[in-house]
Amino acid sequence: MIDVKGLKKAFGDHVVLKDITEHIYPGEKVVVIGPSGSGKSTFLRCLNLLETPTAGTITFKGTDITDPKSDINKYRQKMGMVFQHFNLFPHMTILRNLTLAPTQVLGKKKDEAEAKAMELLGRVGLADRAGSYPNQLSGGQKQRVAIVRALCMEPEVMLFDEPTSALDPEMVGEVLDVMKQLAKDGMTMVVVTHEMGFAKEVGDRVLFMEDGIIMEQNTPTEFFDHPQTERAQSFLAKVL
Amino acid sequence: MNVDLLYETLSQIPLEDLNFWQSLFTKFYRAWFLEDRWLKYFEGLLTTIEVTVIALIIGVVLGVLVAMARVAHDQRRPGTHNPVLSAVNFVCKIYVTVIRGTPMMVQLMIMGFVIFASSRNFTLVGALGLGINSGAYVSEIIRGGLMSLDPGQSEAGRSLGLSYIQTMRFIVIPQAFKAILPSLGNEFIVLLKDTSLISVIAGKEIVYAARSIGAKTYEYMFPYVITAIMYLIMVMAFSYLQSILERRLRESDRR
Repeated sequence: MIDVKGLKKAFGDHVVLKDITEHIYPGEKVVVIGPSGSGKSTFLRCLNLLETPTAGTITFKGTDITDPKSDINKYRQKMGMVFQHFNLFPHMTILRNLTLAPTQVLGKKKDEAEAKAMELLGRVGLADRAGSYPNQLSGGQKQRVAIVRALCMEPEVMLFDEPTSALDPEMVGEVLDVMKQLAKDGMTMVVVTHEMGFAKEVGDRVLFMEDGIIMEQNTPTEFFDHPQTERAQSFLAKVL
Repeated sequence: MNVDLLYETLSQIPLEDLNFWQSLFTKFYRAWFLEDRWLKYFEGLLTTIEVTVIALIIGVVLGVLVAMARVAHDQRRPGTHNPVLSAVNFVCKIYVTVIRGTPMMVQLMIMGFVIFASSRNFTLVGALGLGINSGAYVSEIIRGGLMSLDPGQSEAGRSLGLSYIQTMRFIVIPQAFKAILPSLGNEFIVLLKDTSLISVIAGKEIVYAARSIGAKTYEYMFPYVITAIMYLIMVMAFSYLQSILERRLRESDRR
């Protein structure tokens, strides 16, 4: 579904991604883990071109999206993104946050977009907060709304950039539950996270990143039980 | 007792022989009532408002265009190069540098006595000069507002498939507007008061009226105090309107 070839990214002299070649298959749940500064987030952000790759190509369902002539907006519609800091629009109500893109980008009618938004909002248990503003919600609620906002565009892939890292510990569960449900429904997901439990339970494949490369990848069971590289072993020893 | 009659009586006596209150009254009467001079202030006030509105429109339009061009240039996709945008950005930078780097009054005198030396419409030339000046400051205020917003906001917009323009329109600009409203209000107050400077190129606003009345009566205290009060009332009224707007925009901050 997403094919990454020879991806490199440098900020000035600072090389963050050295050479990444990877393929993400439809319906697959890929969990990206690794120490901070290893390039996990940059890799994820390159996938929907929030960061412009320095070199390499990214192909989405046969279209080279790194080609400057390709329409990034079209491509981003099919790829939902959830941020560490939620990035809800604070000047709009929850409902408006959810319907803005569907009405403006997909050209949906207002009531049609609202019906869809309310249905999804109900599924994460926040239907009663539709008229609130983001600042009136807790962190966990904000992140659930942010997931729904991405889902309202009916994406084919969901990208999660450390979705639980900015949350109070007691709110992590409610967000992970939503993500697990999403995984069960068959969504293709790429998740950067520090939640090892989630990686084990939901992931089809774990990518261990270190120093701008994918150092090791395996099924979660294999990776957590028998890490191959020394770096992965010491990383797991610290986090588990 | 009728004020006209009182003035009639007092004006027979030489000014030195009047007591403090009588002389104060005589001076005020000359600065305000005599020959319907109060009309002059209000004519001047009307011109002041007219100039402010014209300059405001020019300033905001210029400011928005310049800010948009500069932000679009600064935030373009890395690696892409747009020669038109670069050229526009360069012109905008020169404009802001020159306007901010020279005194307002010098700019007005260059406008009035050099560029439009042959024009008799001093008021409009003044308004144009003020508008061009204000545009540079407004553009910097707007640019500051656009740049200060968390980049995550536009990233979220773009990640949903909204275009750059749509992201600006629905997400960045509404939030930036709220953030810059106090500085924008401040700039408008400065603009309103700076209209007094067009009197140096013979724009017939309040200060011009006050000065000509003073020249006739040889007494400047009341004309200038009256002028000051008129500005103060206008600025206070404007500040009040601004605070209402700010309160309405704060709705989403409720917790």
